[in-house]
Amino acid sequence: MNAVIETKDLSKHYGPVIAVDRLTLTLPKGEVFGLLGPNGSGKTTTILMLLGLTDPTAGTVRVLGHDPSRNPLEVKRRVGYLPDSVGFYDELTARENLRYTARLNGLPRPEAETRITEVLGRAGLTSVADRLAGAFSRGMRQRLGLAEVLLKRPEIAILDEPTAGLDPEAAMEFLDLIRDLKAHDITVLLSSHLLHQVQAVCDRVGLFHKGKMVLEGTFDSLADQVLGGAYRITIETSRPDGLEPALRAIPGVTSLSQERPGQFKLETQVDCRAEVARRVVSAGVDLLGLALERPSLDEVYARYFRKVDHEA
Amino acid sequence: MRREGSPWTGLWAVVLKELADHLSSVRMQLLELLIFLTAFAATFVASRQLRATVAEDPFVYLKLFTTQQDPLPSFVAFLGFFLPLAAIALGFDSVNGEHNRRTLSRVLAQPIYRDALLLGKFLAGIVTLGISLLALWLLVTGMGLLVLGVAPSGAEVARGLLFLLSTLAYAGIWLALALVFSVIFRQPATSALAAMAVWLFFAVFWDITVQVVAQAFRPAYGGDPFAALAQVRLQLFLSRLSPNTLFAELVIALLNPEVRALGPVFITQLEGAVLNSPLPVGQSLLLAWPQFTGLLAGVLLLFAGSYVLFQRQEVRA
Repeated sequence: MNAVIETKDLSKHYGPVIAVDRLTLTLPKGEVFGLLGPNGSGKTTTILMLLGLTDPTAGTVRVLGHDPSRNPLEVKRRVGYLPDSVGFYDELTARENLRYTARLNGLPRPEAETRITEVLGRAGLTSVADRLAGAFSRGMRQRLGLAEVLLKRPEIAILDEPTAGLDPEAAMEFLDLIRDLKAHDITVLLSSHLLHQVQAVCDRVGLFHKGKMVLEGTFDSLADQVLGGAYRITIETSRPDGLEPALRAIPGVTSLSQERPGQFKLETQVDCRAEVARRVVSAGVDLLGLALERPSLDEVYARYFRKVDHEA
Repeated sequence: MRREGSPWTGLWAVVLKELADHLSSVRMQLLELLIFLTAFAATFVASRQLRATVAEDPFVYLKLFTTQQDPLPSFVAFLGFFLPLAAIALGFDSVNGEHNRRTLSRVLAQPIYRDALLLGKFLAGIVTLGISLLALWLLVTGMGLLVLGVAPSGAEVARGLLFLLSTLAYAGIWLALALVFSVIFRQPATSALAAMAVWLFFAVFWDITVQVVAQAFRPAYGGDPFAALAQVRLQLFLSRLSPNTLFAELVIALLNPEVRALGPVFITQLEGAVLNSPLPVGQSLLLAWPQFTGLLAGVLLLFAGSYVLFQRQEVRA
């Protein structure tokens, strides 16, 4: 098991407030992991503890085999961090900003210059490399942040809300850059509340709620846990009556609802479109439409929190 | 729990970056212009006055710093007034500025300790002030050469350099104070105002406070010499808590070779003394040594304070 990040019962208390509550998390090398959760659920605090920027109240952390509170320099040398709404020195150009980072990392000058040119290219900022960072849009700033992460050739990249506040196109471009990280065998830990984006890039997600990681797993397994079924089939028929029992009897169907007369929504554990079609037709009803949709993470998320609120 | 790795990692990177920022900042350039202009005026006036007495005074160069002619105060008085402002201007937004620009967490995510960031900022400020002071000092000396037409003696140069060093220590106090406030207050404006308030307090109100307090605790009525002495001593003690007093005493001792004491002197202590004969540099330095160490201690205390506060501060905005 080559875990690059391991936490065990990691907790952080701010006075009476529990920001992170006994978090146990393991990230294998090369994985893209998404931390999900509403604002204030402990995502950023967890990230800060992983980097040694905040000391945990209890529990242990190991990042690349080091304890970040004891040996933060070694950890920070090998882990790149893009903070939530990252800022740069406005009076310096993009290149100068990166040069400062390179110097803080102790990179020798010629090496730093080649790397800076390279990462600016990878982040798509070559044309604005010598423009003042103060004139950068939010999307460019974010990409410059990613260039900075890449500058130290990290083994782990930790991205805090990387796409928050970006327009859809910029967000898509940014997600491509994150996929590029994975292609370079960099382990990525990314936090977000923009779920469809997380869904698009993450191998595995963890759902945070009030400092606890309440759900964890691949997206499909999460959907299974929360929705009770990972597939959703919508069918449109000519006649509604008498069809419901037949549909309910299909093995694997967990719930059924009628949206409009003749239109049904089924949640199923397996892909049973063929069976549905067969039953509809054999009931003597015209099948007008049949579609399979995967539930989105938004739904998992919304459903989960509705359930939690309901129980509370 | 012990940390691994050197706290100095990245210190140079921070110092160089901050230094570049300071030297190119409009803020610093304005202040330098202000200081240069006033210092120039003060020295110029002083040197014109001194031309008349050049031949009589063995320490005419030092007089260049301390001579005042109405309506202009002396060069030293100008420095004592403007230097705190310059130091505060350099330091008041060092840490909260990083917070507000959201660069702090990014910089601290690099392989450096917070120590390096804070110390680097302080050192860069000191170096900036040092450069300006040295330039100023050379300017004054050069102007003295031109106007007075006499070369300074070795002792005068030595005194001048010591004076430079103590001025730097004095500026360091205000820089460290500004740094403390920049850690405490999130708003740069608040921290600037707080630092200025402290400066104003010591510049204007401290002397008044000292007199009132000394009068209240050690009243001296009816010409009782012991009561009067006790009052003077308390006054001196309290007044020396202010960096301004320490700096003023240092300047007096270093720039006036004739000065032999910085407090009450008894007649008995003057027995056998040759009055108005100048002290050697070493003796003057010895006289002002407590004041000098006092200033340095102040710098260290304030810096340590900012260090402790900064280490405990949360990084997140």
